[in-house]
Amino acid sequence: MTNRDSLKIAVASGKGGTGKTTVATALALSLAEDTSKPILFLDCDVEAPNAHLFLKPQFREEKPVEILIPEVNEELCTYCGKCAEVCQFQAIAVLSQRVLVFPQLCHGCGSCTMICPTNAIHETPKTIGVLQKGTAGEIEFARGVMDIGEPMAVPIIRQLKKWVAPLKPKITIVDSPPGTSCPVVESIRGSDFLLLVTEPTPFGLHDLKLAYQVAKELQIPAGVVINRENGVYEELDEFCAQVNLPVLMRIPFQRVIAEGIAKGENLLNILPEMSEDFQNTMDVIKTLVKKGK
Amino acid sequence: MKIAITTTAPQLQAQLDPRFGRCAYLLVVDSETMEFQAYPNPAINAPGGAGIKMAKFVSDLKPDAVISGDFGPNAAEALRSANLAMYLFGESQSVQDVIERFKTGKLTRF
Ligand code: SF4
Ligand code: SF4
Repeated sequence: MTNRDSLKIAVASGKGGTGKTTVATALALSLAEDTSKPILFLDCDVEAPNAHLFLKPQFREEKPVEILIPEVNEELCTYCGKCAEVCQFQAIAVLSQRVLVFPQLCHGCGSCTMICPTNAIHETPKTIGVLQKGTAGEIEFARGVMDIGEPMAVPIIRQLKKWVAPLKPKITIVDSPPGTSCPVVESIRGSDFLLLVTEPTPFGLHDLKLAYQVAKELQIPAGVVINRENGVYEELDEFCAQVNLPVLMRIPFQRVIAEGIAKGENLLNILPEMSEDFQNTMDVIKTLVKKGK
Repeated sequence: MKIAITTTAPQLQAQLDPRFGRCAYLLVVDSETMEFQAYPNPAINAPGGAGIKMAKFVSDLKPDAVISGDFGPNAAEALRSANLAMYLFGESQSVQDVIERFKTGKLTRF
């Protein structure tokens, strides 16, 4: 998908609150110290983007994200029900001489318009979010922001990826949404490496297992960052060893980190010496990606 | 009258199911004879829009009223546009109880 000298790394976690964005932004900042390689940071957590808090970008460009939703001309409609049948999302319903469209459920796939035998449906654009682009120091920064109450993250992520494609960065860091649902898969798709951030707790391990499944299904090489490590949690290391998932980094639990993050400071500001750890991690990732090819 | 009620099992003795879109069963009961038909919820595994799918299913059965514990906004809109009267079963404990209260006008209209 990507050519030889460009690298795309997605940072994900099976659940929120593991420090995924902390890791993603710190990785980007450590790489940005070498200014010869342009870096793009992509905040794909469109429901709750927060990477800007740590990277403090200046936005210069904006573009609304629209999907096309059906509008029914009831004069042409015969209430045949074909549109409702074809819709996978129950976003259009035909009930006794009425056709109802539920814009909040509509994915804008266009199937209903195509199938309507009387051409009673036409499509109208509806804004579901916005794309923003700018710079944070040496880092190109772009993100998608979903409008409140809009449930469609996938089209925003898809359009965000398309929008930044012409930038052709050497390295792209993708901050994925938490979880393992469709938006996560969409944000990870096309990446060369998946960095999974987890915590050394039973919950962390449970969610890591789910996230690992996603990596396996998408056939993307993956590695783990254990955040807030506080003593040894053997089950986590055992699982990683068992499925051959390399642990690339361990960030110890430290009060200064927690306090700094809470104030919106990025990890490298708090502990500048960690920059080297991230750069080393990056070298390992590069080796793993090469090996995978 | 034909009354549609959401229940957890396909029997008259079943417990009421407070969810409309995600109910286990729908019982359509004749309020005079207590004869009934039970339908498993066709929308139970729908990833989204279960309420709408269920509303469509119910409206095709053409009952005189639909009774459940609550109705989501989408389901309510769909049922309303199908001109179906919605009621909440509130404190009712059984299907029998719901029918009694319905007949005596003690149920809250949704
Ligand atoms: S497919 Fe077209 S004609 Fe049939 S119910 Fe839908 S809008 Fe009406
Ligand atoms: S555009 Fe697609 S998702 Fe939207 S109502 Fe039509 S078929 Fe359903």
